[in-house]
Amino acid sequence: MKSLLQLNQIYKVFNEGTPDEKIAIDHLNLCLKSGDFVTVIGSNGAGKSTLMNIISGKMTPDIGTVEIDGRDVTGMKEHRRSKLIGRVFQDPMAGTAPSMTIEENLAIAYARTQTRGLTFGVSRKRREFFKEKLEMLHLGLENRLEAKVGLLSGGERQALSLLMATFTEPKILLLDEHTAALDPSRAELISELTKEIVKEFKLTTLMVTHNMQQALDLGNKLIMMDKGQIIFHADESEKPLLTVEKLLLEFQRIRGEKMSSDRAVLI
Amino acid sequence: MFTAIFGSVEAGVIYALMALGVYLSFRILDFPDLTVDGSFVTGASVAAILIVGGTNPIVATLAAVIAGFLAGCVTGLLHTKGKINPLLSGILMMIALYSINLRIMGKSNVPLLQEETIMTKITNLWQGLKLDEMAGTLLSSVGLANFVPKTWGILFIMTLLALLIKGMIDWFLKTDIGLAIRATGDNETMIRSFSADTDLLKVLGLGISNGLVALSGALIAQYNGFSDVGMGIGMIIIGLASVIIGEAVFGAKTIIRATLAVIGGAILYRIIITLALRVEFLETGDMKLITAFIVVSALVIPRLFDQQKERQKKKNRLLASKKIQIPANEKSGEKLAPVKSNI
Repeated sequence: MKSLLQLNQIYKVFNEGTPDEKIAIDHLNLCLKSGDFVTVIGSNGAGKSTLMNIISGKMTPDIGTVEIDGRDVTGMKEHRRSKLIGRVFQDPMAGTAPSMTIEENLAIAYARTQTRGLTFGVSRKRREFFKEKLEMLHLGLENRLEAKVGLLSGGERQALSLLMATFTEPKILLLDEHTAALDPSRAELISELTKEIVKEFKLTTLMVTHNMQQALDLGNKLIMMDKGQIIFHADESEKPLLTVEKLLLEFQRIRGEKMSSDRAVLI
Repeated sequence: MFTAIFGSVEAGVIYALMALGVYLSFRILDFPDLTVDGSFVTGASVAAILIVGGTNPIVATLAAVIAGFLAGCVTGLLHTKGKINPLLSGILMMIALYSINLRIMGKSNVPLLQEETIMTKITNLWQGLKLDEMAGTLLSSVGLANFVPKTWGILFIMTLLALLIKGMIDWFLKTDIGLAIRATGDNETMIRSFSADTDLLKVLGLGISNGLVALSGALIAQYNGFSDVGMGIGMIIIGLASVIIGEAVFGAKTIIRATLAVIGGAILYRIIITLALRVEFLETGDMKLITAFIVVSALVIPRLFDQQKERQKKKNRLLASKKIQIPANEKSGEKLAPVKSNI
């Protein structure tokens, strides 16, 4: 199996040379094979969001390269790179344009892989296609194509964002805590949809989450980050055996070791 | 009186093109673009100087549109590539254009009264068709002989032009590029994650917006018979006034309706100004003050209406809840609870 996303020796530091200097990503390597669904957990400040931003092209790494499907995209601009990447953000408001209709939003998402021209965004043919895809969400949105997205609830908007990011089958799907801002029942629903959609389109996915149970329920691999490094890694065979307790223990064990070694240096 | 109103409708339709430009930048791109004050005059001066030089007025007007488009693009570049705040990039461009406009004209005022312009062409064409006489006799026959304007041609052709451009804007904003421009003004993070170059879209949007403003300027210069370096002062506020009045009076639910509302707003604005200037103690110099007053009222009055409505609703609800208080004990709470979908 070839690797679809490859991160080599990524290093990123903020406020370099000042007292606020913080190493966000510390020589990190990561490789996603085609069809992998990797969940990323870690405490605040572990570097998860920076990692997502570096993959999406919002930030460039200080050292290291990003390769997608064998192509070096390290210097490629965010909007060019997003031809290859689908993204869903934590904020349900961030992934859709509120004053435009559902079908117009879908048309914008549809044009992601193409060069935009002067053809109508919503043609009759496309409308049928949108309807068909919206049915996957089981929310009845296929009957509200001309409703403004701003009128939808947070859960509906996030479901729509998820569909918009995925139905054009991107090489990589990045989910950045995309259920964190929703109430538990809606978060559950979006989780289920994520599972369904990733399976349907066979997407290579990287998902950041704060919810350990969700990290265990979804995906075939799991990584744990701390201080800009991957400190724990579970592959297809190990992940099904993990539980939340085991993960917490593992986290404490690794952190504990680090702390004791720090103390040793002090003495 | 009628002639004055007729004149203001005529001018209103031409200014409507400028207002459509302001609508594009202000509402669609969410970019308060002050370039307008400068690019309006740029359009007027380019057209005027070419017409004086003997160029065909239609070609001269097209050249004005291109000049305005370029001016808008520069503002866009200042903002996107120079990372200058939107208001400031507009102001910078407006100031720079003042000098450029003086350079284009070579002096502060170019008269066009002796030249052949689009307006004289229309008047001549219309006289050839003898439609004015028909309209004149029609009005006279119903006893409105005093209300016969010089020509209907300018109003007719300009209305047609405004509607044509409105149609083109409606169409453009539904194309893939147009949708991306609208999304840029609506949610920039989102559109960037769907592979759109927001910098390019902003530059393009501002270019089109100022192209329309320059078109309006070029036509106003030919309509008034001169181009003057000061004719653009306060133009952005007039544009905003037209957009805001239009939206308040005619509504802006869809793009098609909003663009029509903007044209209506521009005409309405002219009529209000004309009527206001007929009040004894108001002078021509008070026009800007009146404009500011109109904009403030168009912004505040609809809010007051909404508040009033809200208060009325509350009152009604209070009354209604008092009425059903007695049967409310019998599980009517379930019925009253708003229906929720599962998401």
